[in-house]
Amino acid sequence: MNSILKSKWTKAVVFLICLVPLGLLIWEASTGNLSSNPTQFLEHATGDWTLRFVAITLAVTPLRKILGQPQLIRFRRMFGLFAFFYGCCHFSVYLTFDQVFDLHGIWADVIKRRYITVGFTGFVLMIPLAITSTAGWIRRLGQPRWQWLHRAIYLTAIAGVIHYYWLVKSDIHLPLEYAAVMAILLGWRVYAHYKRPQHAAPVAAVAAQKNG
Amino acid sequence: MLVKRSPELKYSDITPRDIYVNRRKFLYGMGLAGGLALAGKSLTELIDPQARAFASTKLSPLASSPFSTTEKVTAEQVVTTYNNYYEFGTDKADPAKNAQKFVTSPWTVSVEGECAKPRKFSLDEIMKLAPLEERIYRHRCVEAWSIVVPWVGFSFSTLAKLVEPTPNARYVAFTSYFDTKQMPLWSRAGIQLPYVEGLRMDEAMHPLTLLCMGMYGESLPNQDGAPIRMVIPWKYGFKSIKSLVKIKFVKDQPPTTWNITNAHEYGFYSNVNPKVDHPRWSQAHEVRLPGFFKNTATQMFNGYGDQVASLYNGMDLKKNY
Repeated sequence: MNSILKSKWTKAVVFLICLVPLGLLIWEASTGNLSSNPTQFLEHATGDWTLRFVAITLAVTPLRKILGQPQLIRFRRMFGLFAFFYGCCHFSVYLTFDQVFDLHGIWADVIKRRYITVGFTGFVLMIPLAITSTAGWIRRLGQPRWQWLHRAIYLTAIAGVIHYYWLVKSDIHLPLEYAAVMAILLGWRVYAHYKRPQHAAPVAAVAAQKNG
Repeated sequence: MLVKRSPELKYSDITPRDIYVNRRKFLYGMGLAGGLALAGKSLTELIDPQARAFASTKLSPLASSPFSTTEKVTAEQVVTTYNNYYEFGTDKADPAKNAQKFVTSPWTVSVEGECAKPRKFSLDEIMKLAPLEERIYRHRCVEAWSIVVPWVGFSFSTLAKLVEPTPNARYVAFTSYFDTKQMPLWSRAGIQLPYVEGLRMDEAMHPLTLLCMGMYGESLPNQDGAPIRMVIPWKYGFKSIKSLVKIKFVKDQPPTTWNITNAHEYGFYSNVNPKVDHPRWSQAHEVRLPGFFKNTATQMFNGYGDQVASLYNGMDLKKNY
C-alpha cells in the first residue's frame, strides 16, 4: 500500500481522475446535453465539484491518521488546487454567462446578496492558499505560519455550504448533506485536538482558550 | 388597448408534430430508409409514436389569438424537460421522469365560493365551453429564465362568467391536485402542499388570463400541469398554477404557496418587474432557454404592460411585489 501511494504514477493517475468531472462537462457540452438551461447546469456542476474537492482535501488528514497512511499527504495539495480550479470554473461561468462580464453587476451582487457575498468570500479565501501551496512558500512562511494560514480552508468549507444553503429555494436536502460531511470533517479536528493534549496545541487555540 | 396582430399561421401548422418531436429519428430514418426498405421496415415504423415522452391528444381546431407574440417559439423538448413542479421532485429534470404515471382522467374541477351557480365541471365539459385558441405567450420564471410557449385554451373569464360570481367575489383562490401516493417526492418539496395560488378578481377576469388545457397543439404533458392549468403571462411563472382542481371565489386575499414559504421573496402579485429584484438575484435580465447568456432584457409586466398596466394604477409595485 505504502509503495503504491509513493509511486509517481499513482499521482499521475489521481491527477487524471480529478480531471474527469471537467472532461464529462466538456463532453456533455459538445453533445448538447447540458439540459435546457446550460448555464445553470454548469453553475451547479462546477459548484458541486468545488465543494466535493474541498471535502476531499479536508478528508486527507483524518484518513491519514485513521488509516495509518501518512503518505496520503502527497495528494493533499493536488486536491486543494483542484478545489480552487473548479471554484475558478464556477466563477468563470457566473462571470461569462450569468453576468455577461458586467463587473458592476457582479460587485452589486457581492455587496447586496448574502449568498453571493459568502460564496465569493469562500472563493477569494482560496486564492492565497493556491498561491502559497508550493514548497518554496512553506519555507518562506515557515511551517507554523503556513499551517495557520491554510486553516482558511475551514472557512471556505463553511462558506461554501452556507452559499449553497442560502441559494436553494426550498428543498434543503442537498445542502444539508454537504453540511453533514463538512461537520464530520471539521468535527474530527476538534475531537482530535482535545483527544491528544500531549501534542503541542497551536498558538491561536491556546490564546483562544485563555481568553475564553 | 394596443394589440399586436399575429400571423394567421399557427405553430402546429408549420411542421407535423411527429416530425418535429422526433426530428433526430426522422433524419436518421432518411439516411437509413433505403437500406431498411430492403429489410422490410418502413419509415413510419422508425418514426414511432410510442417513443414519445408522454401520451397526448391532438387538439383541433385551434383559433389563433391576437394576444400571441410573434417571437420564436421555444422547442417543445425544452418546455417538457425543464420544469418546476415540486410535487414530482425539485430538480428541473425530475417532473419529466416522475410525472409520467400521473393519472389525469377522469378529472373534475370544482368551482365554488362567492358565486350564484357553484358547480363541478368535468374536463370534457370545460373543453366544450368555448372554442380552443392557440396563444403564444412569453413565460418568465422568477428564477430569471424565460421561454415562449404556444398554449391552448381560452380566457378564464369564460368559465368564471358561467357560475356568476357575486359582488363579494374580490379574489379567486386556486388549488392544485395533491396526492401523496401519486406524488411520493412531495415530502422533499419544502413547500406546503397542496399548492395554492390566487389572483385579484380583475386580474383573473382579464382576457389575457388563460385557462389552459394544452400546448404545442396537443393536450398538456403531465410535467407541464396536465390536464388543466392557469397561465398568467405578465406574472412570474409560479403564479400559473398547474393541475387545477379547485377554483374558489373569495372575499379576502387568499394565501399563496410561495408567499407562505418565503413572504420576503415572493409577493402576492409577483408581476414581472425588472426594477424590483428578487432579494437573491437581479430581475433585470433573463436567459431565453435553451441559450447560455442571461442577456435578454426583462420587460415590465413581461411585455404585456399595454394590456395590464392599468390594473395597477396608483399602486406602489415595489411594495406590492
